[in-house]
Amino acid sequence: MAEPIIRMTNIEKHFGSVIALAGVSVDVFAGECHCLLGDNGAGKSTFIKTMSGVHQPTKGEIYFEGEPMNFGDPRDAISAGIATVHQHLAMIPLMSVSRNFFMGNEPEKKVGPFKFFDHEYANTVTMDAMKKMGINLRGPDQAVGTLSGGERQTVAISRAVHFGAKVLILDEPTSALGVRQTSNVLATIDKVRKQGIGVVFITHNVRHAMAVGDRFTVLNRGKTLGTALKGEIQHEELQDLMAGGQELATLEGSLGGTV
Amino acid sequence: MSDAQTSGVDERVKQQSSLRKALIRPELGGICGTVIVFILFFLFAGDSGMFNSQGVMNWSVVSAQFMIIAVGACLLMIAGEFDLSVGSMIGFSGMMIAIFGVTLGWPIWLAIIVTFLMAMAIGWVNGMIVVRTGLPSFIVTLAFLFILRGFTIFLPQVIERKTIIGGIKDAAEGDWLGVVFGGKILKGFFQWLGDNGVIATFERGTRAGEPVVDGIPMLIVWAIVLVILGHVLLTRTKFGNWIFAAGGDAEAARNSGVPVNRVKISMFMFSAFCATVFATCQVMEFGSAGADRGLLKEFEAIIAVVIGGALLTGGYGSVVGAALGALIFGVVQQGLFFAGVESSLFRVFLGVILLGAVILNTYIRRIITGER
Repeated sequence: MAEPIIRMTNIEKHFGSVIALAGVSVDVFAGECHCLLGDNGAGKSTFIKTMSGVHQPTKGEIYFEGEPMNFGDPRDAISAGIATVHQHLAMIPLMSVSRNFFMGNEPEKKVGPFKFFDHEYANTVTMDAMKKMGINLRGPDQAVGTLSGGERQTVAISRAVHFGAKVLILDEPTSALGVRQTSNVLATIDKVRKQGIGVVFITHNVRHAMAVGDRFTVLNRGKTLGTALKGEIQHEELQDLMAGGQELATLEGSLGGTV
Repeated sequence: MSDAQTSGVDERVKQQSSLRKALIRPELGGICGTVIVFILFFLFAGDSGMFNSQGVMNWSVVSAQFMIIAVGACLLMIAGEFDLSVGSMIGFSGMMIAIFGVTLGWPIWLAIIVTFLMAMAIGWVNGMIVVRTGLPSFIVTLAFLFILRGFTIFLPQVIERKTIIGGIKDAAEGDWLGVVFGGKILKGFFQWLGDNGVIATFERGTRAGEPVVDGIPMLIVWAIVLVILGHVLLTRTKFGNWIFAAGGDAEAARNSGVPVNRVKISMFMFSAFCATVFATCQVMEFGSAGADRGLLKEFEAIIAVVIGGALLTGGYGSVVGAALGALIFGVVQQGLFFAGVESSLFRVFLGVILLGAVILNTYIRRIITGER
């Protein structure tokens, strides 16, 4: 493959005396789904916050489309094309889907000296974007509160795509969802990837990662344990790497290999 | 993807009846309430003079007063905050106009402009404290309720040794800005109506032949203009979307790049602006400023907004609804007088309708957010 969209090498992040990241290297290519796996406290959140400009790395380099980059705050990252869909979605249940879709990026049309919210445009775009992702709304004025968790994830993802994301960071999008909703979100990830967007999929569920991932990077105690391509690595190996090997092997024995 | 989703209709979503759809419009309660109130008073006070020209003007003026402060309270509540200092701000602004215009002898237009700037600065301080400290606006503005009322009583006593300052009518004579708040429009039209016997005219005295209601007070014009402006701002502009977002979930709005703090602070300033419009109209009409003006108005504004369908928790509501709430308020308050009902019962009515509205709103909110 060509140049990665984003390349982060030897990223370190210290919070006072705590070393949250101790040399993490990850790169993301266009049109791939790069899964970032790790147990709780492995440094996944710190790492994606560094990628999306919330934290500045203590050490290490970030290259965006080949150029060295220094994101001062999340807005820099967003305008460069790095969008994050958080665990806690930036969605407001009482507002309609189209108002949510354009929140912070409202389309305007000029009438004389005044500028008005262009509802017509917003509604059409929202309905189209939702249809592309396989969600049929009752109407663009349907409140987000009536959507299921998976559908809300999809709204958030298609919003990021519509506003020109090149890299889409998904922070545990499937962790609180049921089986059916999870498969919908995974299908959405697949559609986004096919549009040439680089997806960073953070999860601690190996099964979900194996379903859509092209490459897998495991984080453990603030370090990368290497990146593997799809097909090179087995489900069990990933699980072991995430948990740090030893204890889980014995645990798994007693649970009959069900974890 | 399942068949249901590709075929266009999700079989799990029940068809919503149009009644249920109408129910989730925030104005619904206000519309129903308005219709009921008018029917009731037509039946019980129809022949009391409530619906002749003076009667209509009477409750229209009272409703317009409520509307002016309800618009400010409505937008602020949708942005997720309260302003309990509205009533004190009314008293304070009126008093400042009187002190500047009468005691200090400034031209009235200057007194009005300086008062507006002061009021909006206080609104800004309210907003800054709420946004910076993260304290509930309930407490912060409660503090200002007392601070402003205290100054409103203290200042005239120190300066003039009394709690009412009069003489504003004379001071405002011929003032271009005074007319914007205290004047009347469509005088010719009302004269014409009077000449043609549509509305009542004075039968004797120095004003014989002139209509009893000789024009529409600027107070009503301000109310209508503010309601239209507020409605358009809320539903048809980018800023309106930000108001909903700031009140719906401030954190989510911030993550999406909405300047939540700026929105909230400007809504506090707008609330102060509306209170000052109320105060200026009142001072121009009465010709005096009193230290007890505007007492309890903050609660009346909030009640009108809640009757209009806004949620106390923010993020949902309608300016038109709040205006209807204010109309119900004014019609009932004056209507009970026309119907000859003991006026203290008005408070009973207020409590009952407030409770009903809040319960209805909670139910509506459950429908919108799909909670069960």
